[in-house]
Parts: sequence; structure tokens; C-alpha cells
Amino acid sequence: MSVKLLYFAWVRERIGKPDEVVDPPASVRTVADLVAWLVQRGDEYAYAFENPKVIRAAIDRSHARPDATLMGAREIAFFPPMTGG
Amino acid sequence: MRTVRLQREDFDAGAEQTSLARGRSDVGAVVCFTGICRGDGISAMTLEHYPGMAEAEIARHVEEAERRWPLLGVTVIHRFGRLVPGDNIVLVATASAHRGNAFAAAEFLMDYLKTQAPFWKREERGGEASWVEAKGADDAAAARWKRRADAAE
Repeated sequence: MSVKLLYFAWVRERIGKPDEVVDPPASVRTVADLVAWLVQRGDEYAYAFENPKVIRAAIDRSHARPDATLMGAREIAFFPPMTGG
Repeated sequence: MRTVRLQREDFDAGAEQTSLARGRSDVGAVVCFTGICRGDGISAMTLEHYPGMAEAEIARHVEEAERRWPLLGVTVIHRFGRLVPGDNIVLVATASAHRGNAFAAAEFLMDYLKTQAPFWKREERGGEASWVEAKGADDAAAARWKRRADAAE
């Protein structure tokens, strides 16, 4: 399942890139699974996701909870709590 | 009339407010909120956003506001890029027949923009830059509208 990942604000800075395409194994079914899989890929991911509770996610440009399914997802974004307005 | 714009350029709050009622006689109230970059010891701030999602998320909340209140027009403009104290950041303007609906819808939209629209502020303070942390008070402000909706059901 090839999917595009986007990172914003300090998540982007910690990982060191704004986006990438990844191909996680079939066992990665939810947002939380994807975070756990990314964390194993290297220190930069472990640093970005060191406190997973504060990280927000979006699937195809809609907010998504950790238990949301990745089925059919094309674009998944990770970012800190929003501070606009 | 619904307008959502994300832009690097400044906006003219007066012109946006005027345009919501121009040429029509059903509008009895226009509320126009402008958020401005505060000095507060910072020399500048940079707003990062998620292109595509930011527009979609704001549009979703404008539609929600239109379902809740009888609005005759809504304009939301959010800037991105580097801003200095005194610069405009965001504009929310609502038009309705009566003031109560225009006030409520504008406040609802601002509360949701703060916590749900994908924007992140990075402040420059004495040569150092740091990401602004989300405030619990903003989450609480957005949550009030949820409780009201639940209570109404």
C-alpha cells in the first residue's frame, strides 16, 4: 500500500523532510499502527513521535483519530496541535 | 455569498465588510472580526499551513455555521507567510438579518479556526524562533459550541 505522507511545523522539522512516499506492510491498518511503524524507521521519527498523544493526523485532508483506518487513504498528514486564527 | 481565501497578501477589512451588505436590503447586521499580529515581545511570526486541507476545513466550518444560523453571507480570509506586529492575520465576517446570529456565527467560526484549521505559528523572539504551543483555552472555547449542539439534540 503506497501512500504519501506529509509533515508540518515541528513534526516536519524533526523528521527533516516535508513529505515522502512510503509502502508500509499490510499489518499497518490504522493511524496508530502507521505511527508505530514510522517510529521504528529511525531516530528522527522516534523524536517527532516521542509523545504520540500530542500529534494530530489527517487522512485525505480530514482530521483523523489514531484508530482511523488507512484503507483507501492516498495522503496522510502528521502535525502538532493547530495554532491558527 | 460565501468567500474563503488563503493568501500571503494583506486584506482590507473595511472593504470586505462593506461588500457583504452592498446592493442588498435583507442584511440587517454585519459582524467583522480581524485578528492582528500582536507585538508581545516578538519581532515577527511565520504562519505555515496545509494547502488544500486548510481551505477544505474552513469551508466545512462555514457550511456548519450556515446550518446553525440563518446567514446571508460569510467571508473568511486567513493569511500565511511571514507577518510582523500590526499585520492582519485573519478575517471572519458574517452577515445576517439580525445581530445575534451574525455575532454567534462569527465567534463560532473563529473558535473553530483556532483549533481545527491546519495553521501553525512560529514566533521570532530576540533572534530565536519557536513554534507557538496550542492553548487549552482555545480548545475550551471551541468545545462550548459542541456542548451547545449536544444539548440541543
